Amino acid sequence: MAELADGQHQGLHTLYVSPLKALAADIKRNLRTPVDEMGLPIRIDDRTGDTPQSRKKRQRADPPHILLTTPESLALLTSYDDAARTFAGLQRVVVDEIHALAESKRGDQLMLALARLQTLCPNLRRVGLSATVDDPQAIARFLACHPDPCKILQADPGPIPDIRMLEAAEAPPWAGGGAAYSIPAVMQQIKAHNTTLIFHNTRAQAEIFFHNLWLANDDSLPIGIHHGSLDREQRTRVEAAMVRGELRAIVCTGSLDLGLDWGDVDLVIQIGAPKNVKRLVQRIGRANHSYNTPSKALLVPANRFEVLECCAALEAVREADLDGEPRGPGPRDVLCQHILIAACAGPFDADDLYVEMTSAGAYADLPRGEFDACLDFCATGGYALQAYDKWQRLLQRPDGRWQLRDPRATQRIRMNLGTIQDTDTLKVRLKRSRGGKPLGEIEEAFAASLTPGDTFLIGGQTVRYEGLRDMTVEVTRRSGKKPKIATFTGTKFATSTQLNARILSLLQQGSWPNLPDHTAAWLTLQRQVSQLPQPGRLLIESFPHQGRPHLCIYGFAGRNAQQTLGLLLTKRMEEMGLDPLGFVATDYATMIWGLKPLNDPAPLFDLTTLRDGLDSWLGENAVMKRSFRACATIAGLIERNSPTARKNGRQATFSSDILYDTLRKYDPDHLMLQITRTEALRGLVDFGRIEEMINRIRTRIDLVQLPAISPLAAPLLLEVGKIPIKGAGLEKLLQQEAADLMQQSGLADLPD
Amino acid sequence: MTGYDFSLSGARLAALRSGALYWPDQNLLCVSDLHLGKSERQARRGGPTLPPYEVQDTLDRLAKDLQQTQATTVICLGDSFDDTAAASALPQAHRHRITELISARRWIWISGNHDPAPLDLPGDHHADVSITPLTFRHIAQPDATGEISGHYHPKARLRGTSRPAFLLDDKRLILPAFGTYTGGLRSSDPALSTLMGPRALAILTGPHPMPIPMPR
Repeated sequence: MAELADGQHQGLHTLYVSPLKALAADIKRNLRTPVDEMGLPIRIDDRTGDTPQSRKKRQRADPPHILLTTPESLALLTSYDDAARTFAGLQRVVVDEIHALAESKRGDQLMLALARLQTLCPNLRRVGLSATVDDPQAIARFLACHPDPCKILQADPGPIPDIRMLEAAEAPPWAGGGAAYSIPAVMQQIKAHNTTLIFHNTRAQAEIFFHNLWLANDDSLPIGIHHGSLDREQRTRVEAAMVRGELRAIVCTGSLDLGLDWGDVDLVIQIGAPKNVKRLVQRIGRANHSYNTPSKALLVPANRFEVLECCAALEAVREADLDGEPRGPGPRDVLCQHILIAACAGPFDADDLYVEMTSAGAYADLPRGEFDACLDFCATGGYALQAYDKWQRLLQRPDGRWQLRDPRATQRIRMNLGTIQDTDTLKVRLKRSRGGKPLGEIEEAFAASLTPGDTFLIGGQTVRYEGLRDMTVEVTRRSGKKPKIATFTGTKFATSTQLNARILSLLQQGSWPNLPDHTAAWLTLQRQVSQLPQPGRLLIESFPHQGRPHLCIYGFAGRNAQQTLGLLLTKRMEEMGLDPLGFVATDYATMIWGLKPLNDPAPLFDLTTLRDGLDSWLGENAVMKRSFRACATIAGLIERNSPTARKNGRQATFSSDILYDTLRKYDPDHLMLQITRTEALRGLVDFGRIEEMINRIRTRIDLVQLPAISPLAAPLLLEVGKIPIKGAGLEKLLQQEAADLMQQSGLADLPD
Repeated sequence: MTGYDFSLSGARLAALRSGALYWPDQNLLCVSDLHLGKSERQARRGGPTLPPYEVQDTLDRLAKDLQQTQATTVICLGDSFDDTAAASALPQAHRHRITELISARRWIWISGNHDPAPLDLPGDHHADVSITPLTFRHIAQPDATGEISGHYHPKARLRGTSRPAFLLDDKRLILPAFGTYTGGLRSSDPALSTLMGPRALAILTGPHPMPIPMPR
């Protein structure tokens, strides 16, 4: 600000980038006040996806001194041919909450954009801010312009937070994520504090909790709800009311996760296990933003297993043991998108672009061959069959530089910019003749499961599904009736390795005086009817449930690895003719069900066979298809938004699974499949943790046959995200059900 | 042949697992909505360069059905090409392959909304064609009977599994899309649920074609 106080600086001076739109708006407010009070001639503005088009245009032509923005809006700014003019004079970039960006592709995209800015403004200085960094060196490498060094400043961590588990009169249920049992205790806490933030891990849970809290709100305290699926207007209203100090509590999700400084919050409640210590610390930090009073937070486990997780997390916070997984080299799908963004801004030289990109820490070791393959993919699709000589996306000009063949493509590329993967959602509106009030969004798959008359929760109110019009879900208000529940998949966090290890060692205690009685009793019961999982051994329970054989495998390897294990094992069971029907994975176990029981688990866990089968197996599974969809969308092979999108009917778009299957069949070495494989092995597949687990247990497998589901296995039945196995078992069931439907409807008996 | 046998206006027909329709008495195979050249059209219009293999894949599957049925007449029920330009831009090898398939039998192209003009390929070109007691056209007409059409790319859901499906009632049959790069429209969409009679069936394609009451 000192540099700007004399009013001499022309154009943009400081760029502030944050992962959240709300955070950009918040910082703008907090900067605005002192600048206005001092009467400084400093112009401050924000630019996010919510900024009106007219203001965005003005900002490009006549930028403010300080611009507050997000990685996506920044990338978009660099894609215009006048980027050099927009950024002329830029001195500094501040990246807030850098730890959150560093663990996602949004951060990779941001660092590529900064590399671009560094070329335009060679004197640019970079500053990264964070309150929760587990590995400062790694973040420094991520932020700095390679190979420049990066100075690390450590602030005083402040007093140790006051954090404990909430004691409710009632015990948490055996399973589920609603935490309804805690409502009276939470209500009491709200009354005893000025402002309480109530964090949830998923939007669906936030909706249910808010609904229940409202029913119990006998004193009509002002309580709001805030999450990413709600309509913008509604979110803004809640944010404003909170700033004015009018709300006693806000039920929220990750949309309020990061450093929003909303003064009066004196209690943070986390509903459900935090899954990750770093995120927990971040959320606790929302309470009491003064440096001398400790932050106050309460953990509310939603079920009994989460009591263990919360207990382990409390231990970790006390020991300041932050968890983090090292990231691999920069992802190539983001690189492909960056090449397309560069092409939007104008013709580029491949050598220059390569040098520029490798100044981003994550891409510093990128081999030239890989860059060239990405460039070829952007230009021609990079197929073994040379099909697009005539219709290349990028053309090389006589001077050697690359440009878009069709300048109109810039619009399509900009529309699809970004690395955030949304599930397909539909807007929800109140039914009116001219289109009623927007309420928010629900997932398309959930909308498909609704029939007129069904009720669900959105924004804390119960609504009745009336029908689908122009790809909008039309609803009417309906009170009282017990709602079906809106399912938002949202982000599913995986419990970190550290937390899982802590939980496993907690289970080894002879008794559990450090746990609430109900949970200690539960573990004791598990020890009586079955046994508790042990480090170095693998516990498998086998039991019938609802007439079908079930297996529960306690690997404690984290959600992704447990999911992969489920895929690998069901594939082998399919080969063995056991007709598996599906499975579900959590952070600590995988449950598989099918038509036939398993008697000898040993052949299933032969590492050599598992590893040998990995490749063919990898190709066919649903997790790979999901990874492919994400990579292909980021790399620009699949467009989420198109200028000619049809509003009614969906037959024009086809599933990304078809592209995946086609590539596997005709072009198995294609770049997109390589990227998918790398990503899946590192992230969603996490085969490394399976190998580690199998090496750790070797042959020490305990198969326990039980007459019914065990106490420890029960929570898995209520997990969402069950993965069906589309094999012989499903085909048999489909045929049976089709025949039943024909019989029941009487159609089977009609003469031809 | 794995198929589901049924009759429409007295004609005995079989819905094949691939999504093709076979009429044994005429030794006729009917497929709809091949959308050949979709990737080329997309790239031409400045969009992403999709894997250029859908023509080969669609023709492979068609050739397989022809091989198995030994059909002597083929009707392509419209939207055979993603647009007319895609038909002209067909690579030489694919053009040769299609010509070969056509030359061995009677071949009828029905025009669709994507390919309204006659194609620059051998075979007969018609807006619709009648072979007693059936009429073949691209888009269903609400008051027609004995009608075979395509256009909507119907799909239907059973136990959470969605598959391309034939829709059948006492007046008409709507074929699923046969092309590799095609999506689907749920049978519950008003466009389909208002068109089909109350006792309509959806016949799911897949390893074993399965009839179910059409989901609405």
